[in-house]
Formats: sequence, structure tokens, C-alpha cells
Amino acid sequence: MSFNSADINSFRDIWVFCEQRDGKLVNTDFELISEGRKLADERGSKLVGILLGHEVKDIAKELGGYGADKIIVCDHPELRLYTTDAYAKVLCDVVMEEKPEVLLIGATNIGRDLGPRCAARLRTGLTADCTHLDIDTKKYVDFLATSSTLDISSMSFPMEDTNLKMTRPAFGGHLMATIICPRFRPCMSTVRPGVMKKSEFSQEKAEVCQIVMRHVELSAADLKTKVVNVVKEAKKMVDLIGADIIVSVGRGISKDVEGGIKLAEKLADAFGNGVVGGSRAVIDSGWLPSDHQVGQTGKTVHPKVYVALGISGAIQHKAGMQDSELIIAVNKDETAPIFDCADYGITGDLFKVVPLMIEAIKETQNA
Amino acid sequence: MNRMDFSLTREQELLKKLARQFAEEELEPVAEEVDREHVFPAENFKKMADIGLTGIGIPKEYGGSGGGTLEKVIAVSEFGKKCMASASILSIHLIAPQAILKYGNEEQKQKYLPRLTKGGELGAFALTEPNAGSDAGAVKTTAILDPKTNEYVLNGTKCFISGGSRAGVLVVFVLTEPKKGLKGMSAIIVERGTPGFSIGKIESKMGIAGSETAELIFEDCRVPVTNLLGKEGKGFKIAMQALDGARIGVGAQAIGISEGAIDLSVKYVNERIQFGKPIANLQGIQWYIADMATKTAAARALVEFAAYLEDAGKPFTKESAMCKLNASENARFVTNLALQIHGGYGYMKDYPLERMYRDAKITEIYEGTSEIHKVVIAREVMKR
Amino acid sequence: MRIYVCVKQVPDTSGKVAVNPDGTLNRASMAAIINPDDMSAIEQALKLKDATGCQVTAVTMGPPPAEGMLREIIAMGADDAVLISAREFGGSDTFATSQIIAAAIHKLGLGKEDMIFCGRQAIDGDTAQVGPQIAEKLNIPQVTYATGIKKSENLVLVKRMLEDGYMMIEVQAPCLITCIKDKTIKPRYMTLNGIMECYSKPLEVLNYEALKDEPLIELDTIGLKGSPTNIFKSFTPPQKGVGIMLQGTDKEKVDDLVDRLQKKHVI
Repeated sequence: MSFNSADINSFRDIWVFCEQRDGKLVNTDFELISEGRKLADERGSKLVGILLGHEVKDIAKELGGYGADKIIVCDHPELRLYTTDAYAKVLCDVVMEEKPEVLLIGATNIGRDLGPRCAARLRTGLTADCTHLDIDTKKYVDFLATSSTLDISSMSFPMEDTNLKMTRPAFGGHLMATIICPRFRPCMSTVRPGVMKKSEFSQEKAEVCQIVMRHVELSAADLKTKVVNVVKEAKKMVDLIGADIIVSVGRGISKDVEGGIKLAEKLADAFGNGVVGGSRAVIDSGWLPSDHQVGQTGKTVHPKVYVALGISGAIQHKAGMQDSELIIAVNKDETAPIFDCADYGITGDLFKVVPLMIEAIKETQNA
Repeated sequence: MNRMDFSLTREQELLKKLARQFAEEELEPVAEEVDREHVFPAENFKKMADIGLTGIGIPKEYGGSGGGTLEKVIAVSEFGKKCMASASILSIHLIAPQAILKYGNEEQKQKYLPRLTKGGELGAFALTEPNAGSDAGAVKTTAILDPKTNEYVLNGTKCFISGGSRAGVLVVFVLTEPKKGLKGMSAIIVERGTPGFSIGKIESKMGIAGSETAELIFEDCRVPVTNLLGKEGKGFKIAMQALDGARIGVGAQAIGISEGAIDLSVKYVNERIQFGKPIANLQGIQWYIADMATKTAAARALVEFAAYLEDAGKPFTKESAMCKLNASENARFVTNLALQIHGGYGYMKDYPLERMYRDAKITEIYEGTSEIHKVVIAREVMKR
Repeated sequence: MRIYVCVKQVPDTSGKVAVNPDGTLNRASMAAIINPDDMSAIEQALKLKDATGCQVTAVTMGPPPAEGMLREIIAMGADDAVLISAREFGGSDTFATSQIIAAAIHKLGLGKEDMIFCGRQAIDGDTAQVGPQIAEKLNIPQVTYATGIKKSENLVLVKRMLEDGYMMIEVQAPCLITCIKDKTIKPRYMTLNGIMECYSKPLEVLNYEALKDEPLIELDTIGLKGSPTNIFKSFTPPQKGVGIMLQGTDKEKVDDLVDRLQKKHVI
């Protein structure tokens, strides 16, 4: 059977690679299926999820509840744990046979390992870490009108274009670039976790979603890597993406790192069940582990309240938090760029201001 | 024909980058603590040795990294921008290995240079005594040969010796023939831990607090005769030549701290808003900055010229004294204005200017005061 | 054993970033640095060199001035370097770039015990694609997001980070490993000895002529024109409006803030 990535007219449907860990779906699956549904509707095509694992058939239905028309399940003992070799082989084999027009993959540590390997094998382009996707050009133009500084009225667009328009931040968030892959299919994109909005789950849709089991061929010769063991870090995972309240610290805590982090924790508690984040400088200095990092190279967050303590507000940090509903910034330097995106700014020493804040918030709660 | 070339070689550019990166990542973060706690940054000295900076000017076969005086100027001035104590430590350390390289015999070079370079041991240069400061010829410490054991027996006290309490290898100036005065002065290598050699008072200084300055006490301290550096009676000449080179090092410290103060000032005047605009817009401030930058550029040119002369093997006594005199007075001038520009903030210990102002002062005093430099310069200029 | 370390010179986006009026990056105004993740890859390779005495070769694709970066890596301890440089290669996307680098390494020779180390991703593009795509083109296994690498014979044990922990992975050489920054990996400094010698170490330049006939190169998918992905539009995101700077003493500012938060029912 021949596969030619340049024969673009022979490709159909929107596909989402659905990742599982320990036999459980991950958040990006729901985000991507929800986004994929929109794209499939724009294109007038089907939305198909592809799930690789072992004994995972039962979890597939749930994906239908977010809009998938069909889930292809590839079941094999060698797929229980992720390995590049096995997953790339199975995914590419199915794609070559079924020829999807679009293939979305969550930009997790696994998705970013699998995506490029498959794109190279399929001989097509891949756009990394996308934060916005469009097929319909009119919708793309509407997006530009609100999310760019471009003068849309003076520009013309190919309104009939049906390429997937994949928008992503570049150069640390200083620039946004919209990428297309016009000559090859599938159009592949890894999508940044936490960006696409998960739609409402519908039991009804889950019931009608078609589950297709697919035969998997894997031999020992296909596997050049072996997972010796998987270790969950004992520390609590910091769920920055799901948090309502985030209190982040920056270089401003340098004179008393432990004290600064403790203050941030107390403030997060005062607001109610908040979590502590950190700027790149804080992570790079080893003051907080990397899963606390907010920003371009870390996580994109949109909590209800984001408090930035001693963070100057480098643009890659702002890229990761400026969509928070409410931003409060405390910084010694009145010219710090963080104040440009803050709703409320306080110039002052965080070691003096934060204890006052904690006290004042507690007072209102006791009143 | 264009012989005057001020550009650095590709290797020197890389050294500058390395020294700057090291200063930013290792020295600057601890500069304040080193000053506050008066603690010798031993860990950082070890790291300097690991990357070869303590072996500048020493050939590879002796554990060194090659290069010469200009390389020393590059590294020391980059350090001086961020941490004057560290610049001082490196600059003064280099005197001892340089002297051993120049005056030592092959055996001494093989034995001591690897320890002082990649081995990570600190070197010290012990000349000054309570009554022999600017008058270096007034040294009273004696080293009398004991013919029975073939050992020199040292007795006396040295003071204000930079790194003396931390050094593994010291070059000590003594009278081997006390009756002959200056002509009886010799240089002897003394190792840390030699019986009879002890550390006296550690000084509490105004600045460069991280560079431990110590009193050294010799009481019947026995050193093998093979530790004599050069010939007996050549001590004063060795000391004066070593100081010629050391002065370029102090010049490099002085331009480094000046450039560091200018960097901080430029940043501050652009950030500091008064009367509704950055104070950089005020002409009074601009004139300060212009003076600081101009004089520092001139000071650097003279330091680099002296380094060039030494590297080229040409006479450089006059230029080395001139560059040190000029750069050190400029360092005081520049750190003073920089502190002034910073106003109240500059006076606070939260900002580095206060420390730099105190640190800069030493450059007018050590390795010869400004006044002694003028004596040297005048003598050279009026020589006929 | 030879380790190829693939590196990239990138504009330093951590400081001030200048954007031209047309929305492209003003690279000339920014300092060029060695990509941070690549520094981890270099350090991992040099650690293995310390332990085994293997050969470490730095490889980059870029304009001729990228030689300076390669010399720095030699001054850190690498043995030699390869600069892949040609006008025809300019504007390549990750698919095209990985093809060219894979072809270069294939030409230089990838032995049974050899490995290729890359940084996970470059800070100018943040794609993390070139490493895996080189591995695919060379048909060798890959491990990404590595923070620890141990090698005995042909077997390599890699600590591969996940969001919520890590995997220990065993892989056969030849293989490709992409490295990330970690507290345990502090890239070493250049040494002065290394600096003094770096310009006399071998540096090979591979141009279009040298690579165009390599079997791994498809001439119609390299360079700006051949790259599968193209830029449709690039633009700068709008700045969020300036908020309120609270005034008064620390106490007054905090009270004002809490008052406003209460009115918004945030607390």
C-alpha cells in the first residue's frame, strides 16, 4: 500500500492522538478533542481520536463525551508504557493507512517526543506547541482582529484557504507566528496543555461514539528502547494549570529565598487554597522545582487571581500569565514591566507588603 | 603600515567573556557577603584555579595557562567590576608564581608552580614590615644560614600581607646578611606549615574585606637553603621588579571597579525618576557620566599600554607606576561620583556603591602609595 | 566512541527583545548565546568524556560567525567541531534542518558505539523537534528530556523526565538523546588552557556542495522554499491595558487593595 504525503487530496478527517498514563486519560485529551470538534465542524469532516495502550478500551468512551465521532483503540502489551519506538510505529502505520488530514497531539513531554518522530517518518511538517488553531479563514481573521496589533482592514486573506492555520508563540512570546503546511498531509500540530478550552461533557454523545479496536503488529525488532522503571516523584504535583489562585515569586525574593517562598505560601493560603508558582529566574536558580514555572518555557496559566511577587515581568513570563482574570503585582522597582499587565500594582518591598496583605485579608475573613 | 592595534585577539576576547561570566555567576552573588562577613572566598579561588585563571602568565609545562600581563589585566578588571576583593586576591596571588617563574631555578619551578596554578594554592608576597612600608629597604627580618644543617633560620615579623594567612607558598623578603643592608636582602620561598612560621593578627580593613590581610611571625623558622629564590643579596631587585608587574595588576583592579561603578550609574540614572523624568536627562548627571567614562577609558589605555610593554619585554617601570597612580586616583574619583549619583541609595549598604567606594581606596595605597609612585615616576622621567 | 553534540546559536530572549516594525525579530540588537538546553547536552557529553576519554564533536548549522560558538565549546573541552553552513540551507524548518544535520552526521560517520546529544529545544523556536527528527532520519532510537546519562558498552541508561516523575530507559547505541536543564547539570566554564588552544583544533565546514549528494538529503525539502511548513503570518500580541498603581504607605496600599478585592468579591 502506498503512502504519499504530497497527495494532499487523498487525506480526510481531523485526528487527535489521545495520550494515557497508567491507563488513565490526561487533561490534554479532553482539551484537544474539544478543539478538534470545532475544527471538524469548520471543515465539515469527522473527528477521530486514536488511543494507544493496553487494556484501555473502557476509557475510550469518555472521549466521545467531548465530541469525538470515533475512537480507534490500538491495544498491545508493549503499548502499556510509552516508548518512542512502539508508539511511533503503531501511530504511523495507522496514519499511513487511514490518511487523516489533520493530526493533533498534546504538547506534553510524551507528545513532544512522539510528534516530531512521526512527522519525519510521514514526511510532513509539524508545528510545535500551538496555542490557537483555525481552518476557517474568516474565523482566523476574527482572531487576528482581537489578538494582534495588525491592521486587518488593510490586508487581504485567501478566504477559501482550508489549510490548518496553527498559531504559536515564538522568541519567548515576543512574537506570534501562524504556520501552515500547504504541500504535505497530515497537517501536524502539538498543542500546548491548558490552552484549549475543554467543552461540557455529554453522556449522550459518549454513548453514540464509535469505538473501533485495531489490530496491532509489533515485533521485538521494532523496539530498541526499554523502560526499566517509572518513578513518580514523591512530591505533590503542582497543578498550576487548574489552580484558581496562584502566587508567584521572582528574583525579588533573593535576599531571603526560604522566607520569600514561605510568605508566598501563606498568602496563597490566605486567598484560599492557592498554589505557589515561580518565574524562570527562580526555577533556574533551583529555588523551586521546575513544575512550578510559569511562563513561555513553563506553563500557561489563567487563574482567577494571579499575584506576582518580586517578578520583573520579562515578556516570556507575561506570556504565561497575562490571561489571568485578575493580576496583582508587588515589586520594589516602579518601572518593572510586570506593572504594565497588572490590574493592581504596589511598589514596595514584598517582605514588608506581603505580611500586611496576609493580615488584612485575614481580617476581612474574620469580620 | 599600521602597527598600533588596540584590538584583542580572539583568545583574549574569549578570556574576557569567560572572566565576565565567572564574575557575574560566581563572584557578584557573594560579593556583599564576603564584605560583610570579612570572609576569604576560598571556594571561588578554587574555582578560579579549576578554569586556569590562577595560572595566567605561567607556561603550561608548569601547570599554568599561558598568556601574559594583558591576560591578567583582562581577567582582573572583569573581576573588579563585580567583586573588588576577588580581583585583588587574583591579582596579588599572581605575584608569587611570576617571581618564581622569573627568578627560580628549574627545580623550584617544577616544585612550586604547579601547586600555585592548577593545584589551587594561594601565593603571597611578604615584603612589608611594621617599620618597612614605603621604605621597603628597612626590612628587619633575618635569615641566617646554619651551615651545619644547610638551612636558613628566619626571625622577624611581616605585616599587612595580603593572603598571608591563606597562602600555601610565600615569597618572603629577608636579610641574609644584615650588615649589608639593602645589599644583604634576599628572597626565600616559605611553605605554609613550616615550623616556626605562624600567623599573627588578621587585620580588620576598611575595604576588600575578603582578601585576608595578615601578620606573619617567624621564630627560628628553618627553611632549606634550596628555597633561596635567585641569588643572595638580590632580594631588593626581585622585590622591585615584582612590584612593577604587581602595579599593573592594581591598575587593572582600579579600572575594573571604575567600570563597574559606571555600569551601575548608567543603569541607575535611566531608572531613577525625579521631577517626572529619568535623572539621565539632567545635564549635571550627564557631565558626571561623561567625566567618569572619559577618565576611565584613558586609565584603561595606560594600563593596557604598560601591560603591552611588559609582555613585549620592554622597560615598563615608569609606565607601570604611572598606570597604577592614574587608575587608582581615578577609581576613587569615579566611585565617589557614582555614589553621589546614587544619592541616599548609594550610601546604603543595600546597594554595592558603598562597598565599592571603600574598596577603591586601597588601590591608592597598596603595592606602593601614590606618593611612592610619584617618586618612582619622577626618578624615571628625570633620569639622564 | 564519539559523541556528536548538536548545538544552536540563538538570540538571548531572556533580556530585552527588539521587534522590527514588520513584526520580525531584530536579531542584530540582541546578544547571541549558546542555546541553554544545548549547554546541558555539552556538559553531559563532556562528563562522559571525563569518564571514558571519548571524542566529543560539536555540530551546528548556521551562518559563518557561528564558528565563534564552536570555538567556545572546544574551549570547554570538546575535541573538534563541524559547521554546516550554506545559503541554500537558510530558512529551513525543523524537518529540513534535521535532514541536513542527519546527512552531515551520516557523512562524518556514526559508529556502533557513537551517540548524538542535542538540547531538547532552542529558546528562539521552542519546538523540540530537530532532535527526534535527526534520530528518525538516521533510523536510530531516541530518548528525549534526559537529565542523566550512563553508558556501559553499547547500552545506555537514561533518566528521562516526565511531568510527574521520570522513567529510566535503556537504549542501544548508536542513539540520540536530547538533554534538558537540571539542578544536577551545571555546564562547565571554558578554561584558559582550552581558550589558548581552541583555535588550533580541527573545525570542518560542510557546505551545500559537500552534502547535496548525501542519500539522506532530499533537495526539494530543504531551505526556505523546500521546508514543509511556512509562515502564514507573524504578529505581535497586543499589550494588556495598564492597571492601577496603588498609592500611599505600604499599609494604605494594602488596605486599598483588599478593599477593591472585596468589592470584586475576590475575597
